[in-house]
Amino acid sequence: MGRKNWLILLGAAIFIAAFPWLVAQFKAISHYVDVMVFAGIFSLVCLGLSLLMGYAGQISLAQAAFFGIGAYASGILTTKFGFNSLVAMAAGMTISGAIAWLVGVPSLRLKGHYLAMATMGFGVIVNIVLAEEVNWTGGPSGMADIPPFRIGTFTIDGEIAWYYAVWAVVFCALIFCFHILHSRVGRALRAIHEEERAAESMGVPTARYKVRIFVLSAVFAALAGSLYAHYVACVNPSSFNLMWSIRFMLMVMVGGMHSLWGAIVGTVLMTFVGNEWLQVFAELEILVYGAILLIVALFLPGGIVSLVPGRIFRRKAPEATLAEGAGS
Amino acid sequence: MTTDFFQYIVSGLTIGAIYAMVAIGYNIIYSVTEIINFAQGEFVMLGGLFAVFFAGPLHFPLYLAFVCAVGMTGLVGMAMDRFVIGRARNASVMSLIIITLAVSIILKGGAMLWWGKDPHSLAAFSTGGPIRLGGVAIQPQALWIIGICALIIIALTLFFRKSIYGQAMLACANNPDAARLAGIPVKYMVLLSFVLSAMIGAAAGVIITPVSMMEYDRGALLGIKGFGAAVLGGLGQFFGALVAGAILGLAESFCAGYLSSGYKDAVALVLLLLALFLKPEGLFGSGEARS
Repeated sequence: MGRKNWLILLGAAIFIAAFPWLVAQFKAISHYVDVMVFAGIFSLVCLGLSLLMGYAGQISLAQAAFFGIGAYASGILTTKFGFNSLVAMAAGMTISGAIAWLVGVPSLRLKGHYLAMATMGFGVIVNIVLAEEVNWTGGPSGMADIPPFRIGTFTIDGEIAWYYAVWAVVFCALIFCFHILHSRVGRALRAIHEEERAAESMGVPTARYKVRIFVLSAVFAALAGSLYAHYVACVNPSSFNLMWSIRFMLMVMVGGMHSLWGAIVGTVLMTFVGNEWLQVFAELEILVYGAILLIVALFLPGGIVSLVPGRIFRRKAPEATLAEGAGS
Repeated sequence: MTTDFFQYIVSGLTIGAIYAMVAIGYNIIYSVTEIINFAQGEFVMLGGLFAVFFAGPLHFPLYLAFVCAVGMTGLVGMAMDRFVIGRARNASVMSLIIITLAVSIILKGGAMLWWGKDPHSLAAFSTGGPIRLGGVAIQPQALWIIGICALIIIALTLFFRKSIYGQAMLACANNPDAARLAGIPVKYMVLLSFVLSAMIGAAAGVIITPVSMMEYDRGALLGIKGFGAAVLGGLGQFFGALVAGAILGLAESFCAGYLSSGYKDAVALVLLLLALFLKPEGLFGSGEARS
């Protein structure tokens, strides 16, 4: 990753590190640390989705399902089998990745809309299984009393500890993603995105790279789900349905799908919107989400980061990013 | 035992007719624009709820409520094309997926505001108890559903084979540029495809509501099962959609009867995934799915 990204990363890290201290100064917003823990967890999902949407040009509507697989793997393996948290987490990530591979290999051979529909179908199936397998998952009411995250004798306990743990994972994931983008795979992905046929004829195995990114996005989602399960201690199927998959997509879109920073900015912003500021709308929530999604897709396809002047967040000129999008 | 079997066949064919109609809605838009409309299921939901509205609070007779509901949903389809799709003519496949998804959420949210979260019922089209055929009970509404579905298929086939508008729409599908050169107003054909598929979806919604009620969040599941029928039958194939709809409906009905009613919604989705994996061009398709 380039020097510019390291500088932004450093700035972001300082801000994130100071954030709990900053909000502690104001009583009314001191609970924002809790919101930021969720934002960090969702950021992990959105980083993977952003790679898939922005760089592989594919949409997955099963991210909430992979998130749920991670959460339930952690929940079931730690409560019913006494697994170590870390092992349970790794198991969830492996299962998710394997399923993504199974779904991805056939549907990524096909044109654009097939992965979207296949993942939508798969997401609904996961939700039905979560609701039906009452003995394992607790059915529609879910599972409770998932033990705290423990590594050896060390337990992540309390909001502040969770905050720093989650965001440390987010930064590691971010650096990992930047490295992917600057590797052979990343260059291939950009070539695919710009001119798939040309890339293919140059010998880039486009389908194989897309599958890899899809698997990676599923693994990230499962990792996030595992953290989520341990943090909230109880899970139920309604956090992992189609609406949540659409929300993750919305977060990526709002921030800007062609920038990993966009994914994080969008996620943090939309988490605050969803958990804090949109509460007044209550019933209207779904309508507001639809409207935001439509407006962003039609009028601001580059997301918020495309509004930032200059080339701070962008590597390329904007027309290369969504040239074929947005009805321009 | 055998009466059970035939009972499941009847209910499977009934619900299969609905899936076939949803699938035809996808096919019409897809054959003209190559767009997969993720809001297709919401048209079904809107049709049912509009019919409830016209027949309930407004006390319209049922046939008039049917016509009005189909008409209103057609207007929604028109608005969708005019105000949304029309603004994104050159958008990529991915943006179009996102845009139609956004429309589906907006329609769903709007329906929730208007009709609330409770399921609504509608009177059956004809009174009288079930018709008994050697132990198998057939609800008159099932006959209505299958009959109306058959009528729509016949009318559409005639429309696309015989009428100048139908031919023009197919021409747009084949090659929009050539169609435009030949003087076909492609824009209006796209508009027509959205109105037509909204109306067919709505008709499906109206006829199923007396059987299974209707609420604001039924659209997504109906939509994706209909898509399953569309893929299984081969995208753009009307006859294929009919056969595939029947297959999905029967599979679902047998699963509910013999295996588990909780998993009946998953059957159609598993078949959708299998179709995508094994035969993405569908049973009757032309093989254009592969890139």
